[in-house]
Amino acid sequence: MLSSEIVGGSGLFSIAPLIIAFPILGLLINLIFGRRSNERFVGIVASSAIGLAFVVAVTQFVALLGQPEGVSVHVADWITIADFSVPWSLKVDTLSATMMLMVTGVSTLIHIYAIGYMHDDVRFQGDPGRFTRFFIFFNLFVAAMMILVTANNFLMMFVGWEGVGLCSYLLIGFWYEKGADGIGNAVAGKKAFVTNRIGDFGFLIAMFLIFGAVGSLQFDEVFHWAHEHGLANEGVITAITLFLLLGATGKSAQIPLYVWLPDAMAGPTPVSALIHAATMVTAGIYMIARNQALFAVSEFSSSLVAIVGGATALFAATIAVAQFDIKKVLAYSTISQLGFMLAAVGIGAQVASMFHLVTHAFFKALLFLSAGSVILGIEHGHHHLEHDSHGGDEPFDPNDMRNMGGLRSRMKTTFWVYLIGALALSGVPPFAGFFSKDEILADAVQENTLVYILLAVAAFFTAFYMGRQILMVFFGAARSEAAEHAPENPPLITIPLSLLAFGAVIGGALNLPGLHSLTDWIEHTLHVHVSEFNLQVAAISTGLALLAIGLAWLIYGRKPLTRGQADPLRKWLGPIFVGMENKWWVDEIYNAIIIRPYIALAAFLADVVDWRFWHDWFHDTVLARSFRLGTQWLSSGFDAHVIDGAVNGLGSLTKGAAARLRLVQTGYVRNYALALFVGVLLILSYFLFV
Amino acid sequence: MNVPLNYLLALSGVLFAIGVVGVLVRRNAIVIFMSIELMLNSANLAFIAFARSFAPAAEALRGHVLVFFVIAVAAAEVAVGLALIVVIFRTKKSIDVDQVSSLKG
Repeated sequence: MLSSEIVGGSGLFSIAPLIIAFPILGLLINLIFGRRSNERFVGIVASSAIGLAFVVAVTQFVALLGQPEGVSVHVADWITIADFSVPWSLKVDTLSATMMLMVTGVSTLIHIYAIGYMHDDVRFQGDPGRFTRFFIFFNLFVAAMMILVTANNFLMMFVGWEGVGLCSYLLIGFWYEKGADGIGNAVAGKKAFVTNRIGDFGFLIAMFLIFGAVGSLQFDEVFHWAHEHGLANEGVITAITLFLLLGATGKSAQIPLYVWLPDAMAGPTPVSALIHAATMVTAGIYMIARNQALFAVSEFSSSLVAIVGGATALFAATIAVAQFDIKKVLAYSTISQLGFMLAAVGIGAQVASMFHLVTHAFFKALLFLSAGSVILGIEHGHHHLEHDSHGGDEPFDPNDMRNMGGLRSRMKTTFWVYLIGALALSGVPPFAGFFSKDEILADAVQENTLVYILLAVAAFFTAFYMGRQILMVFFGAARSEAAEHAPENPPLITIPLSLLAFGAVIGGALNLPGLHSLTDWIEHTLHVHVSEFNLQVAAISTGLALLAIGLAWLIYGRKPLTRGQADPLRKWLGPIFVGMENKWWVDEIYNAIIIRPYIALAAFLADVVDWRFWHDWFHDTVLARSFRLGTQWLSSGFDAHVIDGAVNGLGSLTKGAAARLRLVQTGYVRNYALALFVGVLLILSYFLFV
Repeated sequence: MNVPLNYLLALSGVLFAIGVVGVLVRRNAIVIFMSIELMLNSANLAFIAFARSFAPAAEALRGHVLVFFVIAVAAAEVAVGLALIVVIFRTKKSIDVDQVSSLKG
């Protein structure tokens, strides 16, 4: 793989392919030796593979400092047909390097965390053999994600795009025999896969359109074409960008395809943190940012992107307010934050979007991992109780926040890192989320007031549900026996949390107002504008966040929930709360208007069209009967008359001819002699006279 | 004595014609046999006549050699033919060839 050639650039770039090679190497080692070795070996191999990938990412960063316009690293020829070629080459520029650093960095921490988490998880769920499989999938995911972000053309990006989708599916259904009715998790995996397929369909169609219009799938050529001939081809570019948006809504969980992400929480918590919060779901945002040149041409598509993002941000935030599952709250929060990023790329604030993408990766990974820590603690407590005395057989949900409470004193580290993550997510200065979210809002004020209002209200809800979650989980008194006995987790779990918390605190320094380091960095790849720090916007959003947190304290903090008490919001909001709690019945609506008609159509096609029409009628009746009739005619008509007639006719012809010809044979020797004599005479006369 | 070639050929043709007619019209196997011998010897006569008239001195014996062959073959044929006639006579008590017609189709 090192035999790569670089199109203009220093030698440091030549090791870029290793960023894909290391995770693959890690997974191969675990695939071959994992089953025969212990958990420690598997965990160390997987984590160091990703750690080495992170080192490679750092080297690329260093190389880019000297040559910020980036390079294209050619690894191999892939598809070459006449003058159309798709090489396997990596695009190393400031945009992809940002993603590389973020993905490998966060992945490394989550891998280390997962060694501790999965040790307990496989113990509680009862299948230690899956420990190795988990890390193989995890490494495969990182490899696919690296292919996605380093892609130099649409087709290669699609390979990564599908690869991460596959890993997502495999890991959501990791405990495939668990969940509702014993198949709940498998169904969740299938739902994610099918929903993503709809988005992938959009990506594919967009790729076909690009190939039809440009004749190339290389990013550089396509963007150059959009730059030169964009205005003349606005129609086709609008179509391309709309299909790309469909792809992004699938992968990045936006309206209308966000429904898979909350169900994806069925996977182990590190999966939720890495794939369904920090990295994979940002692929759609990254893709749209990468295709800025195309989206810039189509006004309509850009504004639709912004509206979809803003609407998703608000819609998902309202649902998060009324969830009781600790991971579901974070899942809807992720959808909402992805909406922020999508809205940002829609209004042309690519830098703000990437900024929020990076900071969000830190604090959302932190929140998920802390939630995992809380869940583990509760499970430990529950386990402890079961061992001790009464076998509490009633179903116990360790994810339900109503079973928690008062964990602040029992899980100190977890509490503090959770608090940092929550403050960062709520947009409270000076945490990372404040700067990135504020940059998006400041851009939105200038570009699109509607989007600004949607996002600002969503930000208010964000702060509220995070306040509610913190207060429900960590404050008040324990609402279950398990919560009373929940212990803090070992350092293998809490150390990555602390590192991520550090990132969540200082992440804002990436692009501080006035310094614009990220803006300058991305500028080498995309068209950017410097967003001015807007004090008014910052004050309003900070005020909203503090107001929301205060409101949350009034409702949940002043008088903590007691055991079995209903959520006070239910009383005050009535049907609205029921709606939010039931996710606005979107799943049910989809079920009614898409899935059920689809299944009915499939049943109709299978039962009526295929079975009754094709099988029963066409095959059994039409084909079988005409075959029978045909063979009947062939046997009685054709065979008996034509074939037999020909054979018998030949026989009787021979017989008749023989009967006549035998008369020639008289048996008189003198007759033969005469015939001989006449014959000789004839021959002689022939020679004499002719 | 120098007999012209034409005389000899004419005699040969007459002998051959007598042989043919004998074969075609007579029913006695012995007579048919003799007629065949007559035809063979008419051919021998023609050979000798041609050899004497046309062949150069060095090759004059070629015609004679051929005649000797014919005589030898005729002798063999007579041996076989007479044996056949004897057998036919034993079974049919006759040497009329028209009696021997069991190969009639």
